[in-house]
Amino acid sequence: MKTILLMSIGLSALSPLLLSAVTPGTHPRDYPGPAWSPYLVGGLIGVLSMFTFYFSDKPLGASTGYARLAGLLGRAVAPKHTDSLKFYKDNKPAVDWEVMLVLGAILGAFLAAWQGNELTGEWLPELWAARFGAGSLTLRLGAALVGGIFMAFGARLAGGCTSGHGISGTMQLSVGSWIAVICFFAGGIATALLLFRV
Amino acid sequence: MTASTQSNAPAASPPIDKGGPEKDSPAKREFSANQLLLGAFFGVIFGFLLQKGGVAKYHILLGALLLEDFTVVKVMLTAIIVGSIGVFSLHAMGLVKLHIKPTRYAANIIGGLLFGVGFALLGYCPGTGAAALGQGNWDAIAGVLGLMAGSYLFAECSAWLGKTVMKWGDRGKLMLPELLGMRLSAFLLIFVPVLIVVLVAVDRFTVR
Repeated sequence: MKTILLMSIGLSALSPLLLSAVTPGTHPRDYPGPAWSPYLVGGLIGVLSMFTFYFSDKPLGASTGYARLAGLLGRAVAPKHTDSLKFYKDNKPAVDWEVMLVLGAILGAFLAAWQGNELTGEWLPELWAARFGAGSLTLRLGAALVGGIFMAFGARLAGGCTSGHGISGTMQLSVGSWIAVICFFAGGIATALLLFRV
Repeated sequence: MTASTQSNAPAASPPIDKGGPEKDSPAKREFSANQLLLGAFFGVIFGFLLQKGGVAKYHILLGALLLEDFTVVKVMLTAIIVGSIGVFSLHAMGLVKLHIKPTRYAANIIGGLLFGVGFALLGYCPGTGAAALGQGNWDAIAGVLGLMAGSYLFAECSAWLGKTVMKWGDRGKLMLPELLGMRLSAFLLIFVPVLIVVLVAVDRFTVR
C-alpha cells in the first residue's frame, strides 16, 4: 500500500514530463486579447518616450525603481551596511523619478482596467491554473517570488529591464540593449517552454 | 598619415553626445518635487497604456514566451520605431540629451539570460508587473517582493561583480551605427524601414 502511494506521488511529480500532449486550457490565445490595438499602444509608448526625454531628461525604465525601494527598506533595517554597498553608493536609496513612475503605473493600470471593465482581482492567473491546478497558489507565489529575484538580479547585471533596455535602450540603438533584449527572450522562451510544454 | 587614418575612421561624422555617466549627483533633477510629480504623471500614462495593450495580462506575456501570442512583440517594435524616430529627431534639434546604455558583453548576456528565466517564472516584468498589480493580479505582489529582494541581492554582490563580470567585454556607450562603421543618419534610414518590414511580417504571419 505504502509503495503504491509513494509510486503514485512519484509519478504525479513526473507527470508534466510524461505528458507529451499539451494540457487543455494552456493555450494563451484561449484567453482574451488586448483591449486596444498593440500598434496604437506601442506608438503611444513611443510618443510618451519623447515626452519623458524632453520634460524629465529620462528614458522610460522601471527596474531601478524597485532597486531604490529595496535600498530604502535595507536602510531602515541595516543603514550602515546598505550605505556600504557599491550599488547604493552609486544609486542612492531614495524616492526618485523612476520610483514614482512605477507607483504611477500601478494607478494607471488600475484606471485602465476599471474603465475597460478588466479588473481581475485574482490570485491565480487562469493560464497558470489550467497548467498547475486550481490549488497551486503556494507554487504560484513561490515561482513569482523566485522569478522576481532572478529577474531583478539579471536586470541590474544586464543594466536594465524590458522597458529600460527593451524599449528605451533599443530605440537609442544601444548595442548592449539589443543583446540584452535578445537574451531576455532566449532565457524566457526556454524556461516558459519547460514550464508549459514539456 | 594621421589625416588619412582619421578620415577612414567611422567617427568622421561629428561625435554623438551620448549623455554622461548615469550616477547620482546631489544636483540631479530626478529627486526634485517637480520631477517626482512628472514621474508619477508619466507613470500613470505608462501603466494605462500597458494595461490597454494587454501586456499586464499573465497569459499574454507567457504567450509571448511560448511563441503563441505576439502582442508584446508588436507593442515593443512599434514603440521602438516611433520612439527612435521621435527621440533622434528631438536630439537633432538639440532639444534632448541621449541616454545610451553601456554595452558590457558578459553582463548583458548573463544578466539578460537570468532576467529571461525570471521573466518566465514570474510572468511579468518590472513595468508590466506594476501594471498587473494595478489591474488586480495579486500574484504580482510576490513578484514585487522578489524584485526588491533580487535588487538588494545584486547590491550585496555589486562590488565584486563590478570588478569581474561587468568588466568583461566592457565597450562603454556603444551604438549600432558605430559597430557597423556607419553614420547615425544613414543607419536610421536603413534600420527604421527594416523594423517596419519585420513588424508587417509579424502582423501577417501571426494570429495574435
